[in-house]
Amino acid sequence: MFALANPKRFMDTTAALLPWLAGAAALFLAVGLYLGFTAPPDYQQGDTVKIMFIHVPAAWIAMLAYGLIALASLIGLVNRHPLADVAAKTAAPLGALFTALALITGSLWGRPMWGTYWVWDARLTSFLILLLLYLGYIALWNAIEDEVRAARACAILALVGVVNLPIIEFSVDWWNTLHQGESILRVGGPLIAGVFLWPLGLMAVGYTLLFVTLWIVRIRTEILERRARALIMQGTA
Amino acid sequence: MSHFLAQFLAMGGYAAFVWPAYGVTLAGLGAATALAWNAYARAKARLAALERAR
Repeated sequence: MFALANPKRFMDTTAALLPWLAGAAALFLAVGLYLGFTAPPDYQQGDTVKIMFIHVPAAWIAMLAYGLIALASLIGLVNRHPLADVAAKTAAPLGALFTALALITGSLWGRPMWGTYWVWDARLTSFLILLLLYLGYIALWNAIEDEVRAARACAILALVGVVNLPIIEFSVDWWNTLHQGESILRVGGPLIAGVFLWPLGLMAVGYTLLFVTLWIVRIRTEILERRARALIMQGTA
Repeated sequence: MSHFLAQFLAMGGYAAFVWPAYGVTLAGLGAATALAWNAYARAKARLAALERAR
């Protein structure tokens, strides 16, 4: 992993990888959507169950992205690796987007099922805090001009905020919440029927591949921009 | 066919929730993809121009 983290090697490797990742993401999303829309209505939730195929993967990616930012931040702080800060910085807007999508689609699912768009229960509130952490992280990056100082300050924020991830995950067990409990990744197997589990799994893989594709594109963009800035600095020196 | 399509679009009476959820998702992910590719193409062109100018 550290060998790949050399910016030149990263650019060479990902140039070949990107079309395959993008193609695989499109394929998984297309098949997942097809199976999702041809699945029968749920016996309790009716056709609102179709929101699950976009809500749950968005929520997974929102948490995964934050975990990756925290990991990259830790590597950046400890090893001072040049790509770690870039990786953390570029993942944040994507994480914020997936978090916002999870909140909006969850709200649209909640209205017909719970009778309300929003309730201050532990799962929803901790997820809103995740969005605020993302926004704070992005704002902090933009507020500090010196990239090294910005990376360090943001890494500390990311590492402090990582405590929110287990709170989100276990909130449905620790508190009484309107949000349903864990029904997929649980001891004893998933509680949902296979006819819903397959499209959900395919959509989750598709979302993950799309996130990785966009993340790589954003990292490549940041590397090119830093090279351009370095050239300008050399020219003015 | 039109009956099937109308039934599909009605989403069992939940169209007002299902389609906006998919619309927001499509708009969000579509915009993120377009912005990422545009920014990448711009950065690539800018660096190429700077390298040519050296």
